[in-house]
This record gives sequence, structure tokens and C-alpha cells, in this order.
Amino acid sequence: MNENNILMQVRDLSVTYQTRLGLVSAVDHVSFDIKKGEILGLVGESGCGKSTMGKALMRMIQPPGRIVDGKLIFEDEDIMTYDQKQMQDFRGHKVSMIFQDPMTSLNPVQRMDEHIIEAIQVHEPETSTQEALERASKLVERLGIQKRRMNSYPHQLSGGMRQRVMIALGLVLKANLIIADEATTSLDVIVEAKLADQFRDIREEFGVTLLVITHNIALVAELCDRVVVMYAGHVVEIGEVYSIFDDPLHPYTQGLLHSIPNIQLNDNEELYKMQGEPPNLTHPPSGCRFHPRCPKAMDICAKYEPELQEVTPGREVKCWLYADHSEKSTPTLEVRP
Amino acid sequence: MSSSLRRYLVTRALMTIPMVIILVTLIFFIMRVLPGDPIRSQLGPRVSEEQAEDLRDRLGLNRPLIVQYFDFLGDMVTFNFGTALTQGERPIRDELGERLPATIELTIPAITLTAVIGIFSGAYAAKNRKKTIDYIIRLLSIVMSSIPIFFMGLLFQIGFSVKIPIFPLSGRMDTLLLTTFDSPTNFYVLDGLITGNWPALWSAIKHLILPSITLGLALSGVFVRLTRVNMIEMLQSDFITAGRARGIGEKRLVYKHALRNTFIPILTLLGLQFAILLAGAVLTETTFSLPGVGRYLVERIQLRDYTAVQATIGVFAMFVAVISLLMDVLYAFIDPRIRY
Repeated sequence: MNENNILMQVRDLSVTYQTRLGLVSAVDHVSFDIKKGEILGLVGESGCGKSTMGKALMRMIQPPGRIVDGKLIFEDEDIMTYDQKQMQDFRGHKVSMIFQDPMTSLNPVQRMDEHIIEAIQVHEPETSTQEALERASKLVERLGIQKRRMNSYPHQLSGGMRQRVMIALGLVLKANLIIADEATTSLDVIVEAKLADQFRDIREEFGVTLLVITHNIALVAELCDRVVVMYAGHVVEIGEVYSIFDDPLHPYTQGLLHSIPNIQLNDNEELYKMQGEPPNLTHPPSGCRFHPRCPKAMDICAKYEPELQEVTPGREVKCWLYADHSEKSTPTLEVRP
Repeated sequence: MSSSLRRYLVTRALMTIPMVIILVTLIFFIMRVLPGDPIRSQLGPRVSEEQAEDLRDRLGLNRPLIVQYFDFLGDMVTFNFGTALTQGERPIRDELGERLPATIELTIPAITLTAVIGIFSGAYAAKNRKKTIDYIIRLLSIVMSSIPIFFMGLLFQIGFSVKIPIFPLSGRMDTLLLTTFDSPTNFYVLDGLITGNWPALWSAIKHLILPSITLGLALSGVFVRLTRVNMIEMLQSDFITAGRARGIGEKRLVYKHALRNTFIPILTLLGLQFAILLAGAVLTETTFSLPGVGRYLVERIQLRDYTAVQATIGVFAMFVAVISLLMDVLYAFIDPRIRY
């Protein structure tokens, strides 16, 4: 795992929202890497900060939210030091984003071709409209949309088609990283599966890196190479998709995987439900943010926050079960590679 | 234009006919119910009953009401409008022909100013939401919409014609120029242009500035607030966020993407405001002594000139109907979702 393999490094990223009830720390000192060419899954329940994270990676947190701390190193440059002009050029050109709701993510009074041409010309003002149009239609055809649909308005297209247009918008500038924020959530399962295939195809063909933000564990299992699990603004576990699914380390990950309905579940067995509610982030729990709901909580968990540490190569977890501390009474668990 | 849109517009146009008929019918009967009559207002209280009766006969006011009503409807349909009952009994068509241009010359710059001020300061306030400039714009918009028009007009007159005499106090043109002014269309600005009479043109424009600013500002308050509210909502919508994620600049997002999507509610209000604009024109014309239809209407209501009032209101109604029809056509051009 050499350094050159890494496209984006997120270091100590913190995002807070100023609300009437106080500061909400939606993302708290989060660090992880995005490797070149991978499909990275970012999972967690609603409100755990995963969408905030996605927006933060493009510095698109709107007031009352703010990135208070951290570095976002993209291809060896810290984009936190960019000014507004550089940021505008960065967005779309280096990193692009696909959103949850394709029905509302396109301007209703702009035609498809106008969308794509605009995206090209905003970044490359020297490109002629004719040239931009040709590039757009080539790409759109490649994504399985007929060329003649290019002069349609968003309301004339189906959800799946609109989402493909969004992908086209993400690809047209040859962005290195595409962030898909719940991009398949509002689509039905068949269209979702097709889109998942398409994600894999575009990775092969365009060599892009994908960050898939979702609460859909099944999609992660099917699509992703690596997974980042978030809970209450913290990254609690990072690992290869197979190791996470085979042997989840963090009690939260274990609970999350248990909560998936299983077709083999017999009638007497009830579906596992995690205890408690996600915490209120204006006053997050002390120590490990998961401890009030954790079935394996120890005394130390309420006192000190564990570090996210590498337990085996490529496997990181933020839990006292796997870390030593002088005040800890139980033995530290060994993780087999 | 697709055939469904054409059908929609034809239906829409046909629907304005009953609207106008209902309105003019109401006016017809309201005028008859009002105390006083045109005979008394013309001849005064000390005239003999015989004389009054003669005049009433001559003006056709002794005919059954229903006959008068259909006579009036016929006049409206043929755009003939009949003759006035007072002030020389001239054909109403001629009278409106003299008065209407003054009102149109006042309202066009006024509504343009309203739209420009309303839309741009509303959008600007939305872009800078919760900053000082936003509060200032909002405060001013409340002030503008709550000051009575005649009061604002008076303030402008004191300020810019009396204290600092830049603009004329009242009227449509300097009296001196008016004696030699040749006016084929009665639109003084247009006539000034056609005849190449530059001093007259300049004078006509100068006379229009204060009244149209008064009327424009008075109506702009509502526009500022409507635009601001809609823009704020629009700026939080997903497609703006998506646009931002594509690296589109804030200015373009606000003034191109968001603004075009807020045009629908803005146009709706613009159409509705047109009726208020005519009402505002009455007050503005009175304040600035402009001989427009607004003042004409007030005079003739006081004289109980049934036919003149009916015809003027009828013309107003047709104007409003045509404008709202135009707005519908414009919607279709702006929003593709309406086109199909």
C-alpha cells in the first residue's frame, strides 16, 4: 500500500452546525483515505454524518454548518487552502457528485444538453458549444441514453435516465472522484441494480474512483471494495468489504449487519434490533459515542474515547475491545489477520 | 407551440369573455343604484322638472333599464362605447383615445421599474440572506408598500420639484411647448420621437419621471418580498446544490438557474398587480395632475356619467384580461413543464 495509491486523504475533519440548541458536531475528527480506482462505501444510519461528510469533501457545507478543522489532501494538495475560484474549478473538474434524488437534482427549465454543455463550458470556456455537444452526446450514448433524448427537459425523463444524466454530468469533465450520495436510494431495485452495474462499468472504463455513500448494506456488499462505517460523526471501522462482512469487529458494525433481514430467518426468531436511539449530537455521549447502546460496553468506554487504530493491515477500528489502556480490566482482543 | 397549448390558450381566452361581461354588468347596476344622477350633476339643483325630463329623454335614460343594459352591452362588443352623458356628450371612444395614452405612458415605465427593482433587489437579498443588506432591503420594501401613493408622490414633488427643482411638478408637458406640439397618437413620448420634436420629447420624459418612480416604487415592495422568499426556497433546492457541485459559480446559480425558476410566481403576481397598477394610476394621476384615464374615471364617477364610467371600467377589465392571458403564454415559454 504505497502512498502513490492514494487519491484523497481526509485528516482530522470536523464539521459542526450551529443550531438553536447549541453546536452539533456532525463529523468529529474523522480520518480516512480514498485509494485510486477503488469503490469505497461509506455506511451508517440516518443522521450519522455521512452526507455531511460527502459535502465536506467538496467543501460544500452551507451555513449554519462549517468545517472547523482538518485537512483534505487531494493529489498532494490541501484543498482547504484553496480560494473560492480554485474551489469552483475543483468541483466538477476533480471531484463530482451524484445526488440522492434525480427528480430534483436537475434544473427543471434546462434541457439535458444545456446541462452538460454548461458543465463543460464553465470549466473549459474555450470549448465551443458544438464541440461540447459532441462530447456530451458521445458520453450520453455510452451510458445508454439515446442521443435524441438530449434535448428533453428533466420532467420528460424517467428517474433512472435522470440519474444517468447526473452520472454523465459527473463524468464529462473527467473527474477523478465521483461521490454518489445515496444515488440509488430513490430508485426501484431493478434500476438500482442496473445503476450499480453502471458504476462498476464506469470505474473500469473511465478509471474513476467512487465514493458510495449509502445506508444500503446490500448495495455496499455488492458494489464496494472497501467500507468506512460511520456512527454519530465518528468513523468506527474501516476495512476490505469481505473482512468487514465476514468478521465485523466493532460492536456497532456487528449490530448493523445483524439488522439485515435474512430470508432464512425462521418465524420464531425475531429480527435483531439495536438498542436505543442514535445520540443527540449537541451533547454526544462521553468517551466512545456508541457506549450507551453497546452490548459489550465496559467502564472505560464512558470515560475515554478510543482511537481509530490499525489492528491488522488495512483494517482499522475505533473500539476499546481492541486497544490497551492502563485503566482497562478486561484483556484486549487479538485480531487474526 | 403544441396543439394542446393552443387549445388551452383558446379556452383561456374564451373564459375571459364571461369574466368581462359579469364585471361590466355589475358596474352597470352599481352605477344605477348610486344616489345622484347625471342630469342633476349637469343641470344643477334649481332646474325645472320639465328641462330635466327633456334631457333625460334625449340621453335615453327614460328607456327601460333592460333596454339600456343591452344597448350598453352592444356598445361594448362593438368597441363603440357610446357617448358620454356629461361634459359635452362626446363619443367615449374619442375621450378614452385622448386619456388612455397618458395612462399607458405612465404605467409602462412604472411596471418595468417595479419588476426590475422587485426582482433584482429580491434576488440580491436572497443571495445575501441574513446579512445587513438583506435586512435593509426588507425594511425598505415594507416602507415602500405601506406609504400611500399620493403621500410618496407629494414627498417627491416637494423634494425634486420644489426644493431641488429638477423635475416639473405636474402635467404631461410644458404648457409653452404644448401650444405648438403636434400629437397624432396622443402618446407624447412617441409623438416627440415621430415628429423629431426633441425639446417636446425631453419635456414629456421629464414629466413622466416622478410619477412613474412613485407608482413603480409603491408597487415594488410586494415584488421584493415575493422574489426574496421564492429565491431563498429555490436556492436551497437540490438542483442548485448539484450545480454548485459541478463548479458553477454562485452568480450564475443565483441569477440564471434560481431566478428563472422563480419567474412563475413572479409573473403571476405581475399579472395580478396589473389591476392594482391601474388603481395606483388613478392616485398617481391625481397627485401629478396627469390627464389619464384614472383621473377621467374619478371625474366621471363624481358626475355620475353612467356610460363613461361603464365604458372605462370595461376597458380596464379587458386590459387586465389580456394581460393575464399574455402571462399564461409567457409561463409556457419559461416553464417547459407547462408546455406539454
